[in-house]
Amino acid sequence: MSEIPGDLKFLKSHEWARAEDDGLVRVGISDHAQDQLGDLVYVELPEIGSAVKAGTGAAVVESVKAASDIYSPVSGEVVAVNELLNDKPETINEDAFGEGWIFLVRPSDRAELGELLDANEYEELVENEDH
Amino acid sequence: MRDFPRQATSAMTEKTVLNATHRALGARMVDFGGWDMPINYGSQIEEHHAVRRDAGMFDVSHMTVIDLHGARTKDFLRHLLANSVDKLKAHGKALYSCMLNEQGGVIDDLIVYFLGDEFYRLVVNAGTRAKDLAWIEQQAKAFDVQVKERPEFAMIAVQGPHARAKVLGVLHEVDRPRIEKLGKFAAAAAQGPHGMPLFVARTGYTGEDGFEIIVPAEHAVALWEALAAAGVKPAGLGARDTLRLEAGMNLYGQDMDEAVSPWEANLGWTIALDEGRDFIGRNVLEAQKATGVKRVMVGLVLDEKGVLRHGQKVLTANGEGEILSGSFAPTLDKAVAFARIPVGDPGATRVDIRGREVPVRLVKYPFVRDGKPCEGI
Repeated sequence: MSEIPGDLKFLKSHEWARAEDDGLVRVGISDHAQDQLGDLVYVELPEIGSAVKAGTGAAVVESVKAASDIYSPVSGEVVAVNELLNDKPETINEDAFGEGWIFLVRPSDRAELGELLDANEYEELVENEDH
Repeated sequence: MRDFPRQATSAMTEKTVLNATHRALGARMVDFGGWDMPINYGSQIEEHHAVRRDAGMFDVSHMTVIDLHGARTKDFLRHLLANSVDKLKAHGKALYSCMLNEQGGVIDDLIVYFLGDEFYRLVVNAGTRAKDLAWIEQQAKAFDVQVKERPEFAMIAVQGPHARAKVLGVLHEVDRPRIEKLGKFAAAAAQGPHGMPLFVARTGYTGEDGFEIIVPAEHAVALWEALAAAGVKPAGLGARDTLRLEAGMNLYGQDMDEAVSPWEANLGWTIALDEGRDFIGRNVLEAQKATGVKRVMVGLVLDEKGVLRHGQKVLTANGEGEILSGSFAPTLDKAVAFARIPVGDPGATRVDIRGREVPVRLVKYPFVRDGKPCEGI
Protein backbone atom coordinates (compact mmCIF):
# COMPACT_ATOMS: atom_id res chain seq x y z
CA MET A 1 0.00 0.00 0.00
CA SER A 2 1.32 3.39 -0.89
CA GLU A 3 1.82 6.20 1.61
CA ILE A 4 -1.11 8.58 2.06
CA PRO A 5 -0.03 12.03 0.75
CA GLY A 6 -0.28 14.62 3.51
CA ASP A 7 -1.99 17.25 1.35
CA LEU A 8 -5.10 15.11 0.80
CA LYS A 9 -8.41 15.38 2.63
CA PHE A 10 -10.84 12.49 2.88
CA LEU A 11 -14.45 11.49 3.21
CA LYS A 12 -15.09 8.56 5.54
CA SER A 13 -16.39 6.78 2.43
CA HIS A 14 -12.80 6.71 1.04
CA GLU A 15 -12.82 9.52 -1.54
CA TRP A 16 -9.92 11.97 -1.46
CA ALA A 17 -9.88 15.69 -2.29
CA ARG A 18 -6.83 17.77 -3.15
CA ALA A 19 -7.04 21.58 -3.19
CA GLU A 20 -4.99 22.62 -6.21
CA ASP A 21 -3.09 25.89 -6.51
CA ASP A 22 -5.66 27.25 -8.98
CA GLY A 23 -8.49 26.88 -6.45
CA LEU A 24 -9.93 23.73 -8.05
CA VAL A 25 -10.43 20.48 -6.12
CA ARG A 26 -9.26 17.18 -7.59
CA VAL A 27 -11.13 14.03 -6.51
CA GLY A 28 -10.24 10.34 -6.47
CA ILE A 29 -10.55 7.25 -4.29
CA SER A 30 -7.97 6.11 -1.77
CA ASP A 31 -5.40 3.40 -2.30
CA HIS A 32 -7.12 1.45 0.48
CA ALA A 33 -10.43 1.72 -1.44
CA GLN A 34 -8.96 0.45 -4.73
CA ASP A 35 -7.32 -2.40 -2.84
CA GLN A 36 -10.62 -3.39 -1.26
CA LEU A 37 -12.53 -3.12 -4.55
CA GLY A 38 -10.07 -5.21 -6.55
CA ASP A 39 -9.50 -4.94 -10.31
CA LEU A 40 -11.49 -2.00 -11.70
CA VAL A 41 -13.00 -2.56 -15.13
CA TYR A 42 -15.19 0.49 -15.73
CA VAL A 43 -15.51 4.06 -14.50
CA GLU A 44 -18.64 6.11 -15.18
CA LEU A 45 -17.37 9.69 -15.17
CA PRO A 46 -19.57 12.72 -14.42
CA GLU A 47 -20.34 15.14 -17.25
CA ILE A 48 -18.22 18.24 -17.53
CA GLY A 49 -20.33 21.18 -16.44
CA SER A 50 -22.58 19.13 -14.19
CA ALA A 51 -23.21 20.18 -10.60
CA VAL A 52 -22.07 17.93 -7.76
CA LYS A 53 -23.06 18.11 -4.11
CA ALA A 54 -20.83 17.22 -1.18
CA GLY A 55 -21.52 13.71 0.13
CA THR A 56 -23.66 12.59 -2.80
CA GLY A 57 -22.91 10.35 -5.77
CA ALA A 58 -20.97 11.90 -8.65
CA ALA A 59 -19.34 8.95 -10.42
CA VAL A 60 -19.39 5.16 -10.37
CA VAL A 61 -16.47 2.75 -10.32
CA GLU A 62 -17.06 -0.87 -11.19
CA SER A 63 -14.76 -3.67 -10.16
CA VAL A 64 -15.17 -7.18 -11.53
CA LYS A 65 -17.58 -7.93 -8.74
CA ALA A 66 -19.45 -4.75 -7.83
CA ALA A 67 -20.40 -1.20 -8.72
CA SER A 68 -19.70 1.53 -6.15
CA ASP A 69 -20.88 5.12 -6.09
CA ILE A 70 -18.21 7.76 -5.70
CA TYR A 71 -19.29 10.68 -3.52
CA SER A 72 -18.00 14.16 -4.17
CA PRO A 73 -16.14 15.56 -1.15
CA VAL A 74 -17.18 19.11 -2.08
CA SER A 75 -20.07 20.87 -3.82
CA GLY A 76 -19.50 22.69 -7.07
CA GLU A 77 -19.19 22.28 -10.83
CA VAL A 78 -17.27 19.53 -12.60
CA VAL A 79 -14.70 21.24 -14.82
CA ALA A 80 -12.66 18.23 -15.96
CA VAL A 81 -12.75 14.43 -15.86
CA ASN A 82 -9.95 11.92 -16.21
CA GLU A 83 -10.61 10.63 -19.76
CA LEU A 84 -7.71 8.17 -19.38
CA LEU A 85 -9.99 6.06 -17.17
CA ASN A 86 -12.32 5.35 -20.13
CA ASP A 87 -9.70 3.08 -21.64
CA LYS A 88 -7.61 2.29 -18.58
CA PRO A 89 -9.79 2.05 -15.48
CA GLU A 90 -7.00 -0.03 -13.89
CA THR A 91 -5.03 3.24 -13.57
CA ILE A 92 -6.91 3.69 -10.28
CA ASN A 93 -5.55 0.35 -9.07
CA GLU A 94 -2.05 1.33 -10.11
CA ASP A 95 -1.93 4.94 -8.85
CA ALA A 96 -5.01 5.87 -6.84
CA PHE A 97 -3.58 9.10 -5.42
CA GLY A 98 -2.00 10.30 -8.68
CA GLU A 99 -2.76 9.30 -12.30
CA GLY A 100 -5.96 7.62 -11.10
CA TRP A 101 -7.78 10.86 -10.17
CA ILE A 102 -11.42 10.87 -11.31
CA PHE A 103 -12.77 14.43 -11.64
CA LEU A 104 -11.96 18.08 -10.95
CA VAL A 105 -14.43 20.42 -9.24
CA ARG A 106 -14.71 24.21 -9.05
CA PRO A 107 -15.95 24.37 -5.46
CA SER A 108 -18.87 26.61 -4.53
CA ASP A 109 -18.09 26.54 -0.81
CA ARG A 110 -14.46 26.07 0.13
CA ALA A 111 -15.45 25.79 3.81
CA GLU A 112 -16.56 22.23 3.01
CA LEU A 113 -12.90 21.26 2.70
CA GLY A 114 -12.52 21.96 6.41
CA GLU A 115 -15.11 19.33 7.24
CA LEU A 116 -13.10 16.51 5.65
CA LEU A 117 -10.71 14.16 7.45
CA ASP A 118 -7.01 14.95 7.18
CA ALA A 119 -4.52 12.25 6.15
CA ASN A 120 -3.80 11.18 9.73
CA GLU A 121 -7.46 10.91 10.66
CA TYR A 122 -8.15 8.92 7.52
CA GLU A 123 -5.24 6.58 8.17
CA GLU A 124 -6.63 5.94 11.63
CA LEU A 125 -10.06 5.19 10.17
CA VAL A 126 -8.59 2.64 7.76
CA GLU A 127 -6.56 0.98 10.49
CA ASN A 128 -9.62 0.62 12.69
CA GLU A 129 -11.61 -0.82 9.79
CA ASP A 130 -9.06 -3.55 9.27
CA HIS A 131 -9.55 -4.93 12.77
CA MET B 1 -18.56 5.32 -1.86
CA ARG B 2 -21.61 3.18 -1.37
CA ASP B 3 -21.62 -0.64 -1.40
CA PHE B 4 -18.04 -0.58 -0.23
CA PRO B 5 -16.92 -4.17 0.35
CA ARG B 6 -16.13 -5.02 3.94
CA GLN B 7 -13.46 -7.26 5.30
CA ALA B 8 -14.92 -10.47 6.67
CA THR B 9 -15.14 -10.50 10.42
CA SER B 10 -14.09 -13.76 11.91
CA ALA B 11 -16.61 -14.16 14.72
CA MET B 12 -19.56 -15.91 13.09
CA THR B 13 -18.11 -17.41 9.95
CA GLU B 14 -16.92 -20.96 9.44
CA LYS B 15 -13.39 -21.61 8.27
CA THR B 16 -11.97 -24.28 6.01
CA VAL B 17 -8.78 -26.05 7.03
CA LEU B 18 -6.94 -23.92 4.45
CA ASN B 19 -7.97 -20.60 6.07
CA ALA B 20 -4.54 -19.80 7.54
CA THR B 21 -2.91 -20.75 4.21
CA HIS B 22 -5.09 -18.23 2.35
CA ARG B 23 -4.32 -15.51 4.88
CA ALA B 24 -0.58 -16.21 4.68
CA LEU B 25 -0.85 -15.79 0.90
CA GLY B 26 -2.38 -12.35 1.45
CA ALA B 27 -5.87 -13.31 0.31
CA ARG B 28 -8.74 -10.88 0.61
CA MET B 29 -11.24 -12.81 2.70
CA VAL B 30 -15.02 -12.34 2.50
CA ASP B 31 -18.08 -13.92 4.03
CA PHE B 32 -19.30 -16.40 1.43
CA GLY B 33 -22.55 -18.04 2.56
CA GLY B 34 -21.37 -18.13 6.16
CA TRP B 35 -17.82 -19.18 5.27
CA ASP B 36 -14.70 -17.03 5.52
CA MET B 37 -13.33 -17.55 2.01
CA PRO B 38 -10.70 -15.96 -0.28
CA ILE B 39 -12.29 -13.73 -2.94
CA ASN B 40 -8.84 -13.13 -4.48
CA TYR B 41 -5.14 -13.21 -3.66
CA GLY B 42 -4.43 -9.81 -5.23
CA SER B 43 -5.90 -9.70 -8.71
CA GLN B 44 -9.07 -11.57 -9.61
CA ILE B 45 -8.42 -10.93 -13.30
CA GLU B 46 -4.92 -12.43 -13.20
CA GLU B 47 -6.26 -15.49 -11.36
CA HIS B 48 -8.98 -15.85 -13.99
CA HIS B 49 -6.38 -15.77 -16.78
CA ALA B 50 -4.15 -18.24 -14.91
CA VAL B 51 -6.97 -20.79 -15.03
CA ARG B 52 -7.80 -20.12 -18.71
CA ARG B 53 -4.14 -20.26 -19.79
CA ASP B 54 -2.31 -22.54 -17.34
CA ALA B 55 -3.57 -23.97 -14.04
CA GLY B 56 -5.21 -22.55 -10.95
CA MET B 57 -6.58 -24.02 -7.73
CA PHE B 58 -9.57 -23.15 -5.59
CA ASP B 59 -10.34 -24.09 -2.02
CA VAL B 60 -13.89 -25.43 -2.29
CA SER B 61 -13.87 -27.18 1.07
CA HIS B 62 -16.99 -25.25 2.04
CA MET B 63 -18.98 -27.50 -0.29
CA THR B 64 -20.84 -30.35 1.35
CA VAL B 65 -19.99 -34.00 0.75
CA ILE B 66 -22.77 -36.45 1.59
CA ASP B 67 -22.35 -40.22 1.34
CA LEU B 68 -25.37 -42.45 0.82
CA HIS B 69 -25.29 -46.11 1.77
CA GLY B 70 -27.89 -48.84 1.61
CA ALA B 71 -29.30 -51.60 -0.57
CA ARG B 72 -31.94 -49.25 -2.03
CA THR B 73 -29.70 -46.21 -2.58
CA LYS B 74 -30.12 -46.36 -6.35
CA ASP B 75 -33.93 -46.49 -6.06
CA PHE B 76 -33.76 -43.57 -3.66
CA LEU B 77 -31.74 -41.44 -6.09
CA ARG B 78 -34.05 -42.36 -8.98
CA HIS B 79 -36.79 -40.77 -6.84
CA LEU B 80 -34.78 -37.84 -5.45
CA LEU B 81 -33.12 -36.48 -8.62
CA ALA B 82 -34.46 -35.07 -11.89
CA ASN B 83 -31.59 -36.60 -13.81
CA SER B 84 -31.39 -40.38 -13.91
CA VAL B 85 -28.68 -42.29 -12.07
CA ASP B 86 -29.51 -45.15 -14.44
CA LYS B 87 -27.05 -43.37 -16.75
CA LEU B 88 -24.23 -44.21 -14.33
CA LYS B 89 -22.98 -47.59 -15.54
CA ALA B 90 -19.35 -47.72 -14.39
CA HIS B 91 -18.07 -47.23 -10.86
CA GLY B 92 -16.71 -43.70 -10.39
CA LYS B 93 -18.95 -42.09 -13.00
CA ALA B 94 -20.54 -38.76 -12.10
CA LEU B 95 -23.80 -37.04 -13.06
CA TYR B 96 -24.98 -33.42 -12.72
CA SER B 97 -28.57 -33.12 -11.54
CA CYS B 98 -31.16 -30.86 -10.00
CA MET B 99 -32.94 -31.88 -6.82
CA LEU B 100 -36.53 -30.59 -7.07
CA ASN B 101 -39.37 -29.94 -4.67
CA GLU B 102 -42.93 -31.19 -5.30
CA GLN B 103 -43.66 -27.98 -7.28
CA GLY B 104 -40.78 -28.64 -9.67
CA GLY B 105 -38.65 -25.84 -8.18
CA VAL B 106 -34.92 -26.35 -7.73
CA ILE B 107 -33.86 -27.09 -4.14
CA ASP B 108 -30.24 -27.41 -5.26
CA ASP B 109 -28.02 -28.56 -8.09
CA LEU B 110 -25.44 -31.21 -7.30
CA ILE B 111 -23.08 -33.86 -8.57
CA VAL B 112 -23.70 -37.51 -7.75
CA TYR B 113 -20.92 -40.11 -7.99
CA PHE B 114 -21.62 -43.83 -8.41
CA LEU B 115 -19.13 -45.53 -6.10
CA GLY B 116 -20.72 -48.95 -5.56
CA ASP B 117 -24.00 -50.79 -5.95
CA GLU B 118 -24.99 -49.62 -2.48
CA PHE B 119 -22.82 -46.49 -2.25
CA TYR B 120 -23.25 -43.08 -3.91
CA ARG B 121 -21.66 -39.74 -3.05
CA LEU B 122 -23.29 -36.32 -3.42
CA VAL B 123 -21.51 -32.97 -3.53
CA VAL B 124 -23.97 -30.14 -2.85
CA ASN B 125 -23.64 -26.37 -2.44
CA ALA B 126 -22.41 -24.79 0.79
CA GLY B 127 -25.18 -22.20 1.06
CA THR B 128 -27.92 -24.84 0.85
CA ARG B 129 -26.30 -27.40 3.16
CA ALA B 130 -28.87 -27.37 5.98
CA LYS B 131 -31.99 -27.53 3.83
CA ASP B 132 -30.43 -30.11 1.50
CA LEU B 133 -29.56 -32.41 4.38
CA ALA B 134 -33.02 -32.02 5.91
CA TRP B 135 -34.71 -32.78 2.58
CA ILE B 136 -32.46 -35.71 1.71
CA GLU B 137 -32.85 -37.26 5.18
CA GLN B 138 -36.61 -36.86 5.04
CA GLN B 139 -36.82 -38.51 1.61
CA ALA B 140 -34.31 -41.24 2.50
CA LYS B 141 -36.39 -42.71 5.32
CA ALA B 142 -38.78 -44.56 3.02
CA PHE B 143 -35.78 -46.20 1.30
CA ASP B 144 -33.86 -47.04 4.45
CA VAL B 145 -30.82 -45.21 3.09
CA GLN B 146 -28.13 -43.97 5.46
CA VAL B 147 -27.28 -40.27 4.89
CA LYS B 148 -23.85 -39.37 6.15
CA GLU B 149 -22.29 -35.92 5.88
CA ARG B 150 -18.50 -35.97 5.56
CA PRO B 151 -17.26 -32.74 7.18
CA GLU B 152 -13.83 -34.32 7.71
CA PHE B 153 -13.09 -33.81 4.00
CA ALA B 154 -11.59 -30.76 2.36
CA MET B 155 -11.83 -30.15 -1.39
CA ILE B 156 -9.46 -28.49 -3.84
CA ALA B 157 -10.44 -27.81 -7.46
CA VAL B 158 -7.48 -27.68 -9.86
CA GLN B 159 -8.52 -26.25 -13.22
CA GLY B 160 -6.93 -25.14 -16.47
CA PRO B 161 -5.31 -26.53 -19.64
CA HIS B 162 -2.27 -27.69 -17.63
CA ALA B 163 -4.16 -28.68 -14.47
CA ARG B 164 -4.28 -32.41 -15.07
CA ALA B 165 -0.58 -32.69 -15.87
CA LYS B 166 0.34 -30.77 -12.74
CA VAL B 167 -1.92 -32.87 -10.53
CA LEU B 168 -0.55 -36.09 -12.04
CA GLY B 169 2.91 -34.94 -11.03
CA VAL B 170 2.03 -34.91 -7.33
CA LEU B 171 0.34 -38.33 -7.37
CA HIS B 172 2.03 -41.58 -6.44
CA GLU B 173 3.78 -42.99 -9.50
CA VAL B 174 1.70 -46.17 -9.57
CA ASP B 175 -1.53 -44.15 -9.81
CA ARG B 176 -0.47 -41.77 -12.58
CA PRO B 177 -1.30 -43.84 -15.69
CA ARG B 178 -4.73 -44.75 -14.32
CA ILE B 179 -5.64 -41.16 -13.32
CA GLU B 180 -4.26 -39.84 -16.61
CA LYS B 181 -6.78 -42.06 -18.42
CA LEU B 182 -9.66 -41.02 -16.18
CA GLY B 183 -12.53 -39.90 -18.44
CA LYS B 184 -14.49 -36.66 -18.12
CA PHE B 185 -17.08 -36.72 -15.34
CA ALA B 186 -15.47 -39.73 -13.67
CA ALA B 187 -13.66 -40.17 -10.37
CA ALA B 188 -11.18 -42.60 -8.84
CA ALA B 189 -9.13 -43.07 -5.68
CA ALA B 190 -5.43 -42.26 -5.80
CA GLN B 191 -2.53 -41.58 -3.47
CA GLY B 192 -1.22 -38.06 -3.20
CA PRO B 193 1.98 -36.70 -1.62
CA HIS B 194 3.21 -38.85 1.31
CA GLY B 195 0.60 -41.47 0.41
CA MET B 196 -2.38 -39.35 1.43
CA PRO B 197 -5.66 -40.86 0.19
CA LEU B 198 -7.37 -38.75 -2.49
CA PHE B 199 -10.67 -38.92 -4.36
CA VAL B 200 -9.85 -37.45 -7.76
CA ALA B 201 -12.76 -36.41 -10.01
CA ARG B 202 -12.40 -35.04 -13.52
CA THR B 203 -15.05 -32.40 -12.97
CA GLY B 204 -15.08 -28.64 -12.49
CA TYR B 205 -16.86 -25.33 -12.60
CA THR B 206 -14.71 -23.22 -14.91
CA GLY B 207 -15.16 -24.60 -18.42
CA GLU B 208 -11.56 -25.84 -18.36
CA ASP B 209 -10.30 -29.38 -17.98
CA GLY B 210 -9.02 -30.38 -14.56
CA PHE B 211 -9.79 -32.23 -11.35
CA GLU B 212 -11.78 -31.67 -8.21
CA ILE B 213 -9.96 -33.46 -5.41
CA ILE B 214 -11.53 -34.54 -2.14
CA VAL B 215 -8.88 -34.94 0.54
CA PRO B 216 -9.01 -35.67 4.29
CA ALA B 217 -8.83 -32.28 6.01
CA GLU B 218 -5.59 -33.10 7.84
CA HIS B 219 -3.80 -33.53 4.48
CA ALA B 220 -5.30 -30.52 2.69
CA VAL B 221 -2.54 -28.03 3.50
CA ALA B 222 0.18 -30.47 2.34
CA LEU B 223 -1.71 -31.13 -0.90
CA TRP B 224 -2.19 -27.38 -1.49
CA GLU B 225 1.51 -26.77 -0.96
CA ALA B 226 2.53 -29.64 -3.25
CA LEU B 227 0.26 -28.25 -5.98
CA ALA B 228 1.65 -24.74 -5.47
CA ALA B 229 5.17 -26.16 -5.79
CA ALA B 230 4.07 -27.84 -9.04
CA GLY B 231 3.15 -24.40 -10.41
CA VAL B 232 -0.60 -24.31 -9.74
CA LYS B 233 -1.66 -20.75 -8.87
CA PRO B 234 -4.07 -20.04 -6.02
CA ALA B 235 -7.30 -18.53 -7.35
CA GLY B 236 -10.13 -17.01 -5.33
CA LEU B 237 -13.85 -17.50 -5.50
CA GLY B 238 -14.10 -14.22 -7.45
CA ALA B 239 -12.27 -15.77 -10.40
CA ARG B 240 -14.29 -18.96 -10.00
CA ASP B 241 -17.47 -16.90 -10.49
CA THR B 242 -16.32 -15.17 -13.70
CA LEU B 243 -14.92 -18.46 -15.06
CA ARG B 244 -18.16 -20.36 -14.54
CA LEU B 245 -20.23 -17.50 -15.98
CA GLU B 246 -18.09 -17.41 -19.15
CA ALA B 247 -18.45 -21.21 -19.31
CA GLY B 248 -22.25 -20.91 -19.18
CA MET B 249 -22.71 -22.66 -15.85
CA ASN B 250 -25.51 -21.74 -13.46
CA LEU B 251 -25.00 -20.54 -9.91
CA TYR B 252 -27.59 -21.72 -7.42
CA GLY B 253 -29.46 -18.89 -5.69
CA GLN B 254 -28.66 -16.46 -8.48
CA ASP B 255 -29.66 -18.27 -11.68
CA MET B 256 -32.22 -20.63 -10.18
CA ASP B 257 -33.89 -21.35 -6.87
CA GLU B 258 -37.01 -23.02 -5.48
CA ALA B 259 -39.31 -20.65 -7.43
CA VAL B 260 -37.69 -21.59 -10.76
CA SER B 261 -38.20 -24.72 -12.83
CA PRO B 262 -35.23 -26.31 -14.63
CA TRP B 263 -36.98 -25.48 -17.92
CA GLU B 264 -36.71 -21.78 -16.98
CA ALA B 265 -33.03 -22.11 -16.08
CA ASN B 266 -31.76 -23.75 -19.28
CA LEU B 267 -31.35 -27.00 -17.38
CA GLY B 268 -33.71 -29.02 -19.57
CA TRP B 269 -30.70 -31.11 -20.62
CA THR B 270 -30.45 -32.41 -17.05
CA ILE B 271 -34.06 -33.63 -16.88
CA ALA B 272 -34.50 -37.30 -17.69
CA LEU B 273 -38.14 -38.09 -18.44
CA ASP B 274 -37.30 -41.76 -18.74
CA GLU B 275 -40.18 -44.16 -18.63
CA GLY B 276 -41.49 -45.44 -15.34
CA ARG B 277 -39.34 -43.30 -13.04
CA ASP B 278 -41.37 -41.38 -10.48
CA PHE B 279 -39.03 -38.57 -9.37
CA ILE B 280 -40.05 -35.65 -7.18
CA GLY B 281 -41.48 -32.81 -9.27
CA ARG B 282 -41.87 -34.93 -12.41
CA ASN B 283 -45.61 -34.34 -12.92
CA VAL B 284 -45.10 -30.57 -12.74
CA LEU B 285 -42.20 -30.67 -15.19
CA GLU B 286 -44.24 -32.76 -17.63
CA ALA B 287 -47.16 -30.31 -17.43
CA GLN B 288 -44.78 -27.39 -18.01
CA LYS B 289 -43.25 -29.18 -20.96
CA ALA B 290 -46.69 -29.73 -22.51
CA THR B 291 -47.89 -26.14 -22.08
CA GLY B 292 -44.52 -24.42 -22.33
CA VAL B 293 -43.01 -22.09 -19.71
CA LYS B 294 -43.55 -18.34 -19.70
CA ARG B 295 -39.95 -17.37 -18.97
CA VAL B 296 -36.70 -18.43 -20.57
CA MET B 297 -33.05 -17.96 -19.69
CA VAL B 298 -30.83 -16.31 -22.28
CA GLY B 299 -27.26 -15.09 -22.65
CA LEU B 300 -26.54 -11.37 -23.06
CA VAL B 301 -23.45 -9.55 -24.32
CA LEU B 302 -22.84 -5.84 -23.76
CA ASP B 303 -20.68 -4.41 -26.55
CA GLU B 304 -20.63 -0.91 -25.03
CA LYS B 305 -18.68 0.05 -21.96
CA GLY B 306 -20.29 -0.84 -18.65
CA VAL B 307 -21.00 -3.91 -16.58
CA LEU B 308 -24.10 -6.11 -16.49
CA ARG B 309 -25.07 -6.93 -12.91
CA HIS B 310 -27.45 -9.18 -11.04
CA GLY B 311 -30.85 -7.50 -10.60
CA GLN B 312 -30.69 -5.08 -13.54
CA LYS B 313 -33.92 -4.81 -15.53
CA VAL B 314 -34.00 -6.26 -19.05
CA LEU B 315 -36.42 -4.61 -21.50
CA THR B 316 -37.86 -6.71 -24.34
CA ALA B 317 -40.75 -6.50 -26.80
CA ASN B 318 -42.66 -8.93 -24.56
CA GLY B 319 -42.10 -7.17 -21.26
CA GLU B 320 -39.48 -6.98 -18.58
CA GLY B 321 -36.96 -9.56 -17.52
CA GLU B 322 -34.09 -9.55 -15.10
CA ILE B 323 -30.35 -10.16 -15.10
CA LEU B 324 -29.40 -13.22 -13.05
CA SER B 325 -25.60 -13.65 -13.07
CA GLY B 326 -23.83 -10.73 -14.71
CA SER B 327 -20.21 -9.60 -14.68
CA PHE B 328 -17.29 -8.27 -16.57
CA ALA B 329 -15.83 -11.28 -18.40
CA PRO B 330 -12.00 -11.12 -18.33
CA THR B 331 -11.50 -13.52 -21.27
CA LEU B 332 -13.78 -11.37 -23.46
CA ASP B 333 -12.89 -7.95 -22.05
CA LYS B 334 -16.57 -7.02 -21.93
CA ALA B 335 -19.63 -7.72 -19.83
CA VAL B 336 -21.84 -10.79 -20.23
CA ALA B 337 -24.85 -12.05 -18.33
CA PHE B 338 -27.58 -14.62 -17.97
CA ALA B 339 -31.07 -13.14 -17.93
CA ARG B 340 -34.57 -14.54 -17.46
CA ILE B 341 -36.99 -12.89 -19.89
CA PRO B 342 -40.55 -13.47 -21.13
CA VAL B 343 -40.77 -16.24 -23.76
CA GLY B 344 -41.01 -15.24 -27.45
CA ASP B 345 -39.06 -13.02 -29.83
CA PRO B 346 -37.69 -10.28 -27.55
CA GLY B 347 -36.95 -7.79 -30.36
CA ALA B 348 -34.37 -5.08 -29.66
CA THR B 349 -33.30 -5.87 -26.10
CA ARG B 350 -31.98 -3.25 -23.66
CA VAL B 351 -30.73 -3.32 -20.09
CA ASP B 352 -31.45 -0.56 -17.59
CA ILE B 353 -28.09 0.44 -16.11
CA ARG B 354 -28.64 3.13 -13.49
CA GLY B 355 -31.53 4.65 -15.45
CA ARG B 356 -29.81 4.43 -18.84
CA GLU B 357 -31.17 2.00 -21.46
CA VAL B 358 -28.22 0.19 -23.01
CA PRO B 359 -28.62 -2.17 -26.00
CA VAL B 360 -27.44 -5.76 -25.50
CA ARG B 361 -27.10 -8.74 -27.83
CA LEU B 362 -28.86 -12.04 -27.15
CA VAL B 363 -26.47 -14.92 -27.71
CA LYS B 364 -26.25 -18.65 -27.30
CA TYR B 365 -23.83 -19.53 -24.52
CA PRO B 366 -21.27 -20.75 -23.28
CA PHE B 367 -19.48 -17.49 -23.93
CA VAL B 368 -16.04 -19.12 -23.69
CA ARG B 369 -14.90 -22.65 -24.43
CA ASP B 370 -11.40 -24.16 -24.22
CA GLY B 371 -9.93 -20.82 -23.25
CA LYS B 372 -11.30 -19.04 -26.35
CA PRO B 373 -14.34 -16.83 -27.00
CA CYS B 374 -17.14 -18.80 -28.70
CA GLU B 375 -18.21 -17.82 -32.21
CA GLY B 376 -20.50 -14.81 -32.28
CA ILE B 377 -19.56 -13.58 -28.81
